[in-house]
Parts: sequence; C-alpha cells; structure tokens
Amino acid sequence: MTQATPTHTAASVPLVDGVQGIVADWSSDQRAFKNVPWGKAMMWIFLLSDTFIFSSFLISYMTVRMSAVEPWPNASEVFALTLFGKSIPLILIAIMTFVLISSSGTMAMAVKFGYEKNRKMTFILLLLTAALGATFVGMQAFEWTKLIHEGVRPWGNPMGAAQFGSAFFMITGFHGTHVSIGVIFLIIVAIKVYRGDLDNERPGFLTGRKGNYEMVETMGLYWHFVDLVWVFIFAVFYLW
Amino acid sequence: MDYAAHDASTFAPPAEVGEMELYHAKTFIGKYIWSQDAKVIAIQYAITAIGIGLVALVLSWMMRLQLGFPDTFNFIDPSNYLQSVTLHGMIMVIYLLTALFLGGFGNYLIPLMVGARDMVFPYVNMVSYWVYLAAVLLLVASFFVPGGPTGAGWTLYPPQAILQGTPGATWGIILMLVSLALFIIGFTMGGLNYVVTVLQARTRGMTLMRMPLTIWGIFMATVLALLAFPALFVSAIMMLFDLLLGTSFFMPALVSMGQQGEHTGGNPILFQHLFWFFGHPEVYIVALPAFGIVSDLLSVHARKNIFGYRMMVWAIVAIGGLSFVVWAHHMYVSGMNPYFGFFFATTTLIIAIPTALKVYNWVLTLWHGNIHLTVPMLFAIGFIFAFIHGGLTGLFLGNVTVSVPLSDTMFVVAHFHMVMAVAPIMVVFGAIYHWYPKITGRMLDDAMGKFHFWATFLGTYAIYLPMHYLGFLGVPRRYFAVGGTDFIPESAQSLNAGITIAALIVGAVQMVFLYNLVWSYFKGKPSGGNPWNATTLEWQTPDTPPTHGNFGPTLPVVYRWAYDYSVPGADQDFIPQNVPAGEVARSGSKS
Repeated sequence: MTQATPTHTAASVPLVDGVQGIVADWSSDQRAFKNVPWGKAMMWIFLLSDTFIFSSFLISYMTVRMSAVEPWPNASEVFALTLFGKSIPLILIAIMTFVLISSSGTMAMAVKFGYEKNRKMTFILLLLTAALGATFVGMQAFEWTKLIHEGVRPWGNPMGAAQFGSAFFMITGFHGTHVSIGVIFLIIVAIKVYRGDLDNERPGFLTGRKGNYEMVETMGLYWHFVDLVWVFIFAVFYLW
Repeated sequence: MDYAAHDASTFAPPAEVGEMELYHAKTFIGKYIWSQDAKVIAIQYAITAIGIGLVALVLSWMMRLQLGFPDTFNFIDPSNYLQSVTLHGMIMVIYLLTALFLGGFGNYLIPLMVGARDMVFPYVNMVSYWVYLAAVLLLVASFFVPGGPTGAGWTLYPPQAILQGTPGATWGIILMLVSLALFIIGFTMGGLNYVVTVLQARTRGMTLMRMPLTIWGIFMATVLALLAFPALFVSAIMMLFDLLLGTSFFMPALVSMGQQGEHTGGNPILFQHLFWFFGHPEVYIVALPAFGIVSDLLSVHARKNIFGYRMMVWAIVAIGGLSFVVWAHHMYVSGMNPYFGFFFATTTLIIAIPTALKVYNWVLTLWHGNIHLTVPMLFAIGFIFAFIHGGLTGLFLGNVTVSVPLSDTMFVVAHFHMVMAVAPIMVVFGAIYHWYPKITGRMLDDAMGKFHFWATFLGTYAIYLPMHYLGFLGVPRRYFAVGGTDFIPESAQSLNAGITIAALIVGAVQMVFLYNLVWSYFKGKPSGGNPWNATTLEWQTPDTPPTHGNFGPTLPVVYRWAYDYSVPGADQDFIPQNVPAGEVARSGSKS
C-alpha cells in the first residue's frame, strides 16, 4: 500500500485482436478493458449515461413537437440573420457548428501532443480548444438575446407553438451548460499542463490523485461527446 | 499471456496494475465524517436510508389508520392522507431501497468481495454520499414549508401534480423534484464508481464468472440505474419548467377551478412514458441486488453451491436488458395506443422466463442442502415466498385484459408490495443479519432476530393477502374514503381494519430490530472473522471489522468460484476463494 502506482499502465498485457480478444479480456481477471485507465473507463460510462439524458431531451422535444396544437415555427426563418442586406438562413448556427467541430480537431491534437509529453503544444491547443468553446457559448448567448428580443419566451412566442421556445431554451441551455463546464475544465487541465503537474505527478487539489497525461484524453472524450451531441441537436432541432 | 495453458485453480496471472493510492485520514473527522473509505460511506448511506425509511414507516401508519378506521382520527385530513401516500412511496422506493442496496451494500461489499482496497475514486464516492444527504434533507424540508409536501402520488403525474388543489402544489412539489434531481446526481457519482470498480479493479484471479452473485446483482442494478435515472432527471427538469417558467411540455390547455390555465398544447402521456422508462427499471434496481444477495445467503446457509451459477448470472443480465422494454405495462389505462398494450404485455411475460429460472434455482439450491435455519436463512426463505407470491400476481397484471379491470385497485398495491417491498426488505434484513458480524465484529442476537423474522413474515402476509381480495372487490387505491359505494360490501371495512392492525404491529416489531442493532453493537457475542464459514473474500480479511484498505499488506489471490461448499473429500465443508487447489486439507484421501 505504500507504493503508489497510478491506475494507468501502458500495455502491460499483450492483447489479442478481434472478437476472440474481447472474449479473452472479459473472461480474464482484474480488468475487463485491458490497459484502459480507471478515469477513462469512468468517463465512457458517464457519457453513456449522459447520452440517455440527451436522448430523453430530444425524444421529448420530438414528442411535444408532434403533439403541439399550433403550427411549429420554421427554424430556417427564425434562425436567419441579415448580413450585407441579405437574409441568410441558419448562418449563425452554421458558424457555431463550424467553431465547435473545429474545437474537436484542436482537442484531438492536444491529446496527441499530451502523449508526446509536449507541454507547450498541449497547453496551447487546450487553451485554443477552450477559446473555441467559449466562442461557441458566446454566439449562443447572442442567439438567445436575438430570439428574446424577437419575443421568444419559454412560455410562448409570436411565431407559433409555445413548445418551440420551451424546447429551444431547455435543450440549447442544457447543451450550453455542458460546453461551459467543459471550458472550465479545459482551462483547469491547461493550467495543470502548464505548471508541469502532469509530468511531476503532482496530487490533485481535491482528490489527491497523481496527475498524468491520460487526464488530457479523458477530458477529450468529454469534449468530443459534447460536440457530437451538438450535431444531433443541429440535425433534429434546426434542420427539421 | 496464454491463460488456457494453466490450471485455473492453481494459477493466477500476475498483477496488471500497481497498488491503489489510498488517502489515509489522520483525524476523527477525516476517518468518520468526511471519509473516503467505502466502508464508512456505506454505513453513512445505510444509517441515512434507514432513518428516512422510518419516516416513511410512520407515514404508512397514517395512511393505514385512515383506511382502517375512517372518521376516527381528526389529525388526518384528505391532504395529509395524500401526502402520506406520496412520500411513503417515494421514500421507500428511492431514498430507502435504492440508496440502501447500492449506496449501502454496494459500497460495503463491492471492494471487499472483488478484492479491491477501495472504490476506484474514493473522493467522488464521498461526494456521492453528501449529495444524497442533501437530497434527503430537501425532502425532509418539504414537511415544513407552507402547504406541506406534495400529495401527487409517488408517480407525480401531471397535470394534477402541479395544479393548485393538489396538496403541496406550491412548495412541496418543487422540493420533491429538486430533491430527485440531486439524488440522481449523487447516485451517478457513486454508480460510476461501483461499475468501474467491478469492471476494472478486481483482484488477481477474480474473473467475472467467479464473482459472487451479490456483486453481479449490485453491478447490473447499478448499470440499470445509470441508464434509467436520466429519464427521471429529464422529466423532473421539464416539470419544474412547466411549474416555474410556464412552459407546456406536459401541461395541456385546461380549465381548473373555473379558470382557464396558462398552459397550452402539452403532452401528459409523455411524462408517463418518461417516468416509467425510469420506473420499471427501478423495480429491478431494487430487485436485482436482492436476487444476488439472496443467492449467496441461500448458498452459505444451506452449505451447498448455488444451483446453476452461470444461468443465474445470465438471468440477471437478461432481466436487466428486458426491463428497459416493458415500461408501458404501467400505462394500459393511460389512453395510449392499444397496440402498445399488446407489445408490452408480450415483453412483460417474456421477463417471467429468466425470473422463474432464478426461482427454480433458489429452490434447487435448498434441495438436499444442509440447511441451517439461521436468521439470514429464514429471511432468505421468506424472500422466496414473498417473491413467488408477488411474481404470480404480476402475471395477472401483465396481461392487458386482466389488468384493465384491476387497474388502480388494492390488488395492484398488494402486488407491488409483495414483489418489491416485502421481498427486497426480507433480503435487506437477511443481509444485515448476515454481514453485521463483519461490520461490527459481533453477532446480532438470535432470539430477537427470530422473533423479528416471524413477526415480520407472518405480519406482512396478514397485511397483503387480504389486500388482494379487497382489490378483487374493486376497492380503489389512493382514496381517502370510499364512502357509500354500492359494489363494495360493508365487510370490506372490517378487512381494512384488520390490515391496519397488522400493519401497526409489523411496524412496531421493527423497533425490536433497531434495538437489536444497537444492543448487539455493545453486548453481542463476538463473532470472529468468519462466523458463517463462508467462502467469499470479505470473510477472509485479516481484521474484523476490516480496516481501511481492507486486506492488510497483500491483496488476496482468487483460485476458485465463490461456491465451494461441501466439496467431496475436503475436510471442511467450505473452501475460501483464496485457497489454491494444493492447499485444501483432505485427510480422508479417498481418491
């Protein structure tokens, strides 16, 4: 118990490929997912649970949309912006989507540089990811403000069914909260990288667990998930 | 590594990871209050759950007093009655049983039984408990706000749950929904720990198919909870929005008390679908740990291996999977598409197959066993009775044509109390009598235990058997008073009075159990490390009660499954999981 080894060890067990490998891993002792650190396993299972939350939100939205008694507002008109004298449908949403998807790219690169123990590049890319995420939230705030000015409220709106505003604020709000929490944690991880906590295995402030670069990948899993959820929200809320 | 080349009973592969980092607290507060030790967290969970459960017990008395002796007690008005019904159900299902089985037994037993030093993320585990406590305190707070707690029924169906006229529609329902959301957040933190500990932190030699069924039950229930609670979380948020922001997710346009409401176009059936998508798996979140634990109790106290271990595991997995596709059998009379009834009745009856398989295996475990009628064994047998009973009435309610006339009658109340109240609570008691020696180092008093068992077992039958009959007569559930109803005979009232007396007695008997818990902690017979001669790892710890880190300097290595009882040729009638084949004492040497 005195010797403290983190719960992540690189390939200590030779792995078998394919279905046979899965069977071998699950029928073995100690670990069902060989060479997967605890934090990563926990993040995957959390994301599975979170998937059910977002699925419930989206299915509920579809249900209330189908059973609404008033016509549903046309999303491409509601979310149009007038730029250079022309009304362009969904342009802001398109830019937001582009920004968020780009942040997934920078996150993936941060993970790569993290495993190469390239502190400087990891730090820069994590900060860039956080900046893109914050930009996304900022644009979402702009979009909310615009809609609120146009009279859209959770309890009603001038364009049609009241559930349009309800579902819009609830779902984008819940997703925006996820992005905001992600930005905060990206900054925390970036600071840890910058200070060298992950190289020095400095214990965490609350948990006392030693830092390591797999933390960057776990952070990345969460971030990619939030992006993926946005793709579904984009498809069923804005394009439908 | 080629595992197949080795004889599994003599060889365990080398450790794949190093030792877990543990934070050893130095102060009293660090050890017992803000504790990161799963065993202390388990006891915190258990005490909180039992405490709030006692509140729910008193609420059931309020309800029964009104039903048994209407117009007698002027401290029970219709509002109090509905609030008692609601909070009794909600507390018992979620804040007592879910928290006790997963937070209590899960925390205590998972690390010990899989051979881990602690849960994988002790800090998150600690926060889980404190969030749970906050959820409980919010729930308790609803008794003290204007209007009192919600009286919407534990299912909280809109529109009535948030309309004026339902008790607690101003503050009670808000606190209820926020408390549920907090409970789910807290549970998720704990649940992730339980799942990852089982999957990723087992000791050397502990394969999934060598795990005790207790762990399988708790593991699968946790998986269900992680996937089912999101639907409740979402419906709680949406209902809060309907209430506080004036949205209309669940609320249709309606006229209430002569006033046109502010809502328009919502979908109340959507809430029922979301609620039962959580609610049905919830039944199995409570039942699967009970299934697992009772399998171990039967095996240990009948000195015989569990019958059909692999089938038992796969039945747990199958029941868990199927429990997600049966939810609308709670909604036959909701006005949903009648074809749904056909589908959900079919899936519901399919779930009877793995369930019946488990019951047969429990009974076959007892067959030709060396049965010790200890208190845990009595409760385990009591469970089999209650569960078969409740399972059979489930067949009535699973079929649409039989279920529709029985909907919302006392028959339903009797059914779900048998299957998911009496049956799991029998296992909770059995488990406490079984593991109390490991937790405290002392045995619970046997005489008090036997009295507790017989009074509880016979008492619950006295409550729920007649209740089925009331249901057949058409006595509705949740009614404050039936009044002069032609189709219900006068004699139903005397049956109700008898049920109430039985309920008061059964409730009072639980005080003997609580007294036993406290008395035995100080005066009980010292138990030693392994009083039941059980094989699983928690009984092989060097210290009793186990210290932080559980297993002393070296972790145990597992060489066999958890059920080597009465092995032919061995000197003792049990072989612990950490004994290799070569070290089993065999003086007879028949072979």
